[in-house]
Amino acid sequence: MIGSEHLAGWAFVTPGVAIIALFGMAPIIWSALMSFQRNNLLSPSTPFTGLANYRQMVHDPIVAQAIQHTLIYTALFVPGTMALGLFLAVAMNRKIRFIAFYRTAAYATMAISTISEAIVFIWLFDPSYGVVNYFFSWIGVPPQQFLNSPSQALYVIVLMTIWGWTGFAVVIYLAALQGIPQPLLEAAAIDGAGPWRTFRRITLPLLSPASLFLAVWLTINAMQLFDEVYLSTQGGPLNATTVLVYYLYNQAFQDFNFGYASAIAYFLFLVIIVVTVIQFRVGRRYTYYRS
Amino acid sequence: MTATSAPARDGVRSDGRGVLPARRRRRLPFSPWHLVLLPATLVLLFPFAWLVITSLETPAEALHFPPVLTPHVLRFANYPDALASAPFGHFFLNSAIVAVATVLSNLVLCSLAGYAFARFRFLGRTALFAVIMATLMVPFQVTMIPQFIITKWLGVHVLAAVGINHLGALILPNAATAFGIFFLRQFFRTLPLEYEESARVDGASRLTVLIRIVLPLATPALATLAALTFLDSWNNFLWPLIAITSTNQMTLPLGLATFQGAHQTEWTLLMAANVMSLVPMLAIFFGAQRYFIRSVAATGLAGT
Repeated sequence: MIGSEHLAGWAFVTPGVAIIALFGMAPIIWSALMSFQRNNLLSPSTPFTGLANYRQMVHDPIVAQAIQHTLIYTALFVPGTMALGLFLAVAMNRKIRFIAFYRTAAYATMAISTISEAIVFIWLFDPSYGVVNYFFSWIGVPPQQFLNSPSQALYVIVLMTIWGWTGFAVVIYLAALQGIPQPLLEAAAIDGAGPWRTFRRITLPLLSPASLFLAVWLTINAMQLFDEVYLSTQGGPLNATTVLVYYLYNQAFQDFNFGYASAIAYFLFLVIIVVTVIQFRVGRRYTYYRS
Repeated sequence: MTATSAPARDGVRSDGRGVLPARRRRRLPFSPWHLVLLPATLVLLFPFAWLVITSLETPAEALHFPPVLTPHVLRFANYPDALASAPFGHFFLNSAIVAVATVLSNLVLCSLAGYAFARFRFLGRTALFAVIMATLMVPFQVTMIPQFIITKWLGVHVLAAVGINHLGALILPNAATAFGIFFLRQFFRTLPLEYEESARVDGASRLTVLIRIVLPLATPALATLAALTFLDSWNNFLWPLIAITSTNQMTLPLGLATFQGAHQTEWTLLMAANVMSLVPMLAIFFGAQRYFIRSVAATGLAGT
């Protein structure tokens, strides 16, 4: 009977685990090894070259740029999405007319793929025929180059991705808001706290677990930004929007430098781990758990 | 209760600051939040609206500055024109096949594994589960190069249908996920043991217990996993971009991106194609809105 439970356990997990082992676990080890090899598909042998790939990264000016762009993008995208999501969720957390319409409009951005989103925004921000330049002309702003401008392109990508993630942030914050016990807010009102004070002192602390989750989740996604860059700028103009994953993809599947690309991938992994740990450490101090 | 007591108190305080909002609220026939929500919603919806408008314009109107906000004629021919220049029906079918197959295999494989991890005591369980959890933290970019090499090898040496340039290459690597196993295991552990135990005493096999007793109780968790897996699969871009190069095996995002590359200035066709690729997803999303919303909220709350 004891033997049968071992057997049953392994019989049940084997199909799923085999797939994860083949496409999840083995590749993690394999790419770690590859990051220490010279592997560029064109040469038949893949000799171990120690830290050569990592040393190359340190001296690669585009890697330095890519890190910088990834960090700037993340630093704008994550707080921007969270602030917009929080604002809309608070505004939508009440029973007024048309509220279902408002909420649905925000949720709709969740159903749009990154590709569709990027195509729409490329068109909105088209330098020659784009409707945004037209709106700018109403308020006397001269036409901008947007995605064609090295100084603006990254910010347009920030805007389009914030729009694309709004629905997600709203859903998370609305769910958290609806979990706040009403008597708590009423008690604060009876004690004479105004709406702003109640929000700062009661609502915001009670939302802190949701905020921490969003901060971590959005950051992990932000550092893996690829689709929008691939579609809208291909890393340009003048590498102004080359982020880490885009550069990694180019190294891997345009130039077939598998070794070097694996080193960049592991570096990205390391950065994500470090940032996530910091977020949890700092976040824990400001996070209030009711349970 | 608070509504009646607050103005009185403000009156006593007589600092005017509290009185004003109360008065204004009485004068407005609607909630002041509409003043915030209506413009915000219009901004959020504008990209959708502009997408649809452009898809119905003539090329001359689309390439006109200042932009034509209300087209003079609606050119529905953009849609058949877009369909004629790229097989969007085919892309859609491919996306649907990949998404449905991925969802089904995840439901089956993750249920089996999740149940074993939740209920069975077997040699190596703890260690195996820890290793699976560790893979959850690793970004796709770390595994994509070996995954590409493995997929290529499988296609050549084992089965062509799961190799590069076949839909199977998009299904097999995601047929079971660490997240799915973890998610279902957590849910199974919250179920009461009694039913399962009494069924076992009555002589039911472990598989029968899982299928007849546990899975019916786990419908909400299965629906959540299905919704999240579907969204992920439908929107996936980077892996199809790597694994698929021939047009007739492309999924919608990849087909759309390729179409964009080939028709960069034909905005009306591009937007028509974009609308066509968006509408099915929007329809599914709003048809099952409650499930999708609950699923996303559930992962958020589980994470907190």
